[in-house]
Amino acid sequence: MRGCQQKAVTAMASVSNAPTHPNQTQPRVALVGNPNTGKSTLFNALAGMKVRTGNYPGVTIEKKLGTCELGDKEIELVDLPGTYSLAPRSPDELVAVEVLTDNVAAHGGVKLIVCVVNALLLQRNLFLVSQLLELGKPVVVALNMIDVAESRGIQINVERLSERLGVPVVATSAAKRTGITELKKTIADQLDSDTNEHERCRILPSEFYGAVATFREALNSTATKAGASESKISDLPDDYLLERMLLDRGGEPETRVIAQYGDSARVALTEIREQLAAKLGDPIDIECNARYAWAREKLSAVFTNESHPSSPVTDRLDAILTHRVAGLVCFVITMFLIFQTIYTFAGWPMDLIDAASSWLSDSICAVMAPGMLRSLITDGIIAGVGGVLIFLPQIALLFLFLALLEDCGYMARAAFLVDRIMTTFGLSGKSFLPMMSSFACAVPGVMASRVIENRRDRFATIMVAPLMSCSARLPVYLLLIAAFIPQTSYIGGWLSLPAIVLMSMYMVGVVVAIPVAWVLKKTILRGEVAPFVLELPEYKVPSLAVVLSRVWDAGKAFVIRAGTLIFAASILIWFAGYLPGDHSKQYQLQTQIEQLDQSSQAAELLVVELNNESSKLLEHSMLGRTGHFIEPVVRPLGWDWKIGVGALASFPAREVIIATLGTIYSLGGDAQEEGLVGALQASTYDDGTPVYSVPVALSVMVFFALCAQCVSTLLVIHRETNSWFWPILSFSYMTILAYIGAWLTYVVGSSFL
Amino acid sequence: METTLDQLRPGQQANIVRISGADEIASRLRELGFVPGELVKFVRPAPLGDPLKCFVHGSRIAVRCGEARRVYVKPVG
Repeated sequence: MRGCQQKAVTAMASVSNAPTHPNQTQPRVALVGNPNTGKSTLFNALAGMKVRTGNYPGVTIEKKLGTCELGDKEIELVDLPGTYSLAPRSPDELVAVEVLTDNVAAHGGVKLIVCVVNALLLQRNLFLVSQLLELGKPVVVALNMIDVAESRGIQINVERLSERLGVPVVATSAAKRTGITELKKTIADQLDSDTNEHERCRILPSEFYGAVATFREALNSTATKAGASESKISDLPDDYLLERMLLDRGGEPETRVIAQYGDSARVALTEIREQLAAKLGDPIDIECNARYAWAREKLSAVFTNESHPSSPVTDRLDAILTHRVAGLVCFVITMFLIFQTIYTFAGWPMDLIDAASSWLSDSICAVMAPGMLRSLITDGIIAGVGGVLIFLPQIALLFLFLALLEDCGYMARAAFLVDRIMTTFGLSGKSFLPMMSSFACAVPGVMASRVIENRRDRFATIMVAPLMSCSARLPVYLLLIAAFIPQTSYIGGWLSLPAIVLMSMYMVGVVVAIPVAWVLKKTILRGEVAPFVLELPEYKVPSLAVVLSRVWDAGKAFVIRAGTLIFAASILIWFAGYLPGDHSKQYQLQTQIEQLDQSSQAAELLVVELNNESSKLLEHSMLGRTGHFIEPVVRPLGWDWKIGVGALASFPAREVIIATLGTIYSLGGDAQEEGLVGALQASTYDDGTPVYSVPVALSVMVFFALCAQCVSTLLVIHRETNSWFWPILSFSYMTILAYIGAWLTYVVGSSFL
Repeated sequence: METTLDQLRPGQQANIVRISGADEIASRLRELGFVPGELVKFVRPAPLGDPLKCFVHGSRIAVRCGEARRVYVKPVG
């Protein structure tokens, strides 16, 4: 087992540091384009299932690589995030630019760039194309969605466009899979005929490039004055990044260069910007005017028929879906349907997995004598693996819906509808779906936060999403409510107290999320308000291939990355609950029971004895002793040591609590709910006072509502933020909040009830 | 009668005159097609008043009121 673990850990490490690719002879081709141009569909059409994901060091965007066969050759495709412009305003965006401009193997040199362009929005898409042409690398334009354009009566003269732009243009429809072979052939031809030096297009006015040269000299002299070595001078950023620095105020390259070269660099930059502004006007206008003018010029006489009706279907649907009343109603219904479907349909695969684990356990028990190894296999390994796999149905279903909504175009409308509410919480409209998904399970919820481009909003969402009561908390709520909340009802039976309490537990998370998001936004995640300029794409039928590949990616990433560590954590907990202790009597009883008829009276008596023995062993194990040890800490919450042990044991995964409580209350491995309810109600201290009361029950529920008891979520947070700081922060603040919340609930509850 | 995008009535069209500011928001607006000289149509606001759905440069774009206030326009027709 240890060998497997080591291999898994090494595998994870190598995926995340993946720049050194085993096969350096595969030329790398980058895929870029605006969002909503069908880039993912095209990537899918080119690379199929041969996709690897990883991390670029230091940033959170995902490295997505695929292999594509071009005749007898193979190329490596890099899928870069959809963007409207190459201006690098954040570390994530800078990585994308560096991938495109680097000729060195640090990120793997890109030999050719394929720009995916939406044939319906050609003029605006040319903004990005013009930037790509300035990089001095071969470019191929994939004029995608050509089928939609033709159905609208738009006719584009592809040869003329190619002539004008100076690069090959291939008309494609990724959705209909037309033009793909031609695209592949064009890429292959371009790679073959590649001359090393490509002319860098110059689209901006010449005075601009003069200013860039001046800036480079200024930086050079700063470096020499500071006595920098030769290497530092040659380390000067690529010309392209210098150009961006003059154009983008406060962008990422500016931050980096000033950090490296100091104040004199900033002074030089400001000075040159001012000179430029005096000659040509505001840098933003320089770029914008130059590029759009270029686009207009390139497109003259390219359209043989430019009737440009926008999709009537989209407008008609939007009239309802973004309508003040109808829009909100449809939104609520959609969200409810998603939630309900996941609830219903995740249930049976999860039961199946549960049943499979039980069957496997029972089979092992049938062939092995009771002993430590058997316990390790059944209670440790099988329970651990089962604990990982049990997440898959929920992840798969949630990602299925998220991918469907995103691909058909509705996701943007959802963000549009709720943005106003989300901003009052310090989040953005796009945070809604990750948060809502977290009500089912925070693991896919956190993973879904990838759609939020703004780093601060994304991290705030990730920090707050686990507060949404996930489905694993539900058994705890239901158990304690069944045991301790009276069945009184109000309004003639319409509203029952148990239902109100259940709703309140869900609300606890939501209500606490608001100040937490606010505090985060005011402290660690402080910064300028992110722009919310969101394109609402035309509605389209979602592509099955893209949707399924997203589901597959999500599931695979989870199982590989989080799975191994959850598994390890389960083993550890098993270990802590097993040792130290002499289990020989327990084994004896188990063997005896298994030899008897399970329903006989003798067997039942033995089962009771077994349960008592198990409970004693648990009490004296490391876990039990820790429970006793921390009892003074949990007394203020109204808990006794048994609840403490339960809470401790459920730190890796909340689901464990039911089974742990079952053991502690001497009910053996499979706790029957009614039995457990009775046991909780009957539980007393030595002096006879009941352990549980309504305030205690509420305090336990509030603790579970707020506590970060899920290794899976913490690991997914690590993966999405590419650091350990955020999961540790998440764990810490939630545990502290949970403690305070539980304490307050107990204290306040005891005074009133 | 120069006004700002957020002041238009639902369904009203206008010509973009200029975009104020030189920060990320201004860049983003331009990248998405809010360029001086282009025609923009304010379609409708979200149910809660914010953001605003517009039609510019061939595509539907949602912008918050604060951002729309940066877009100076001259109503048409």
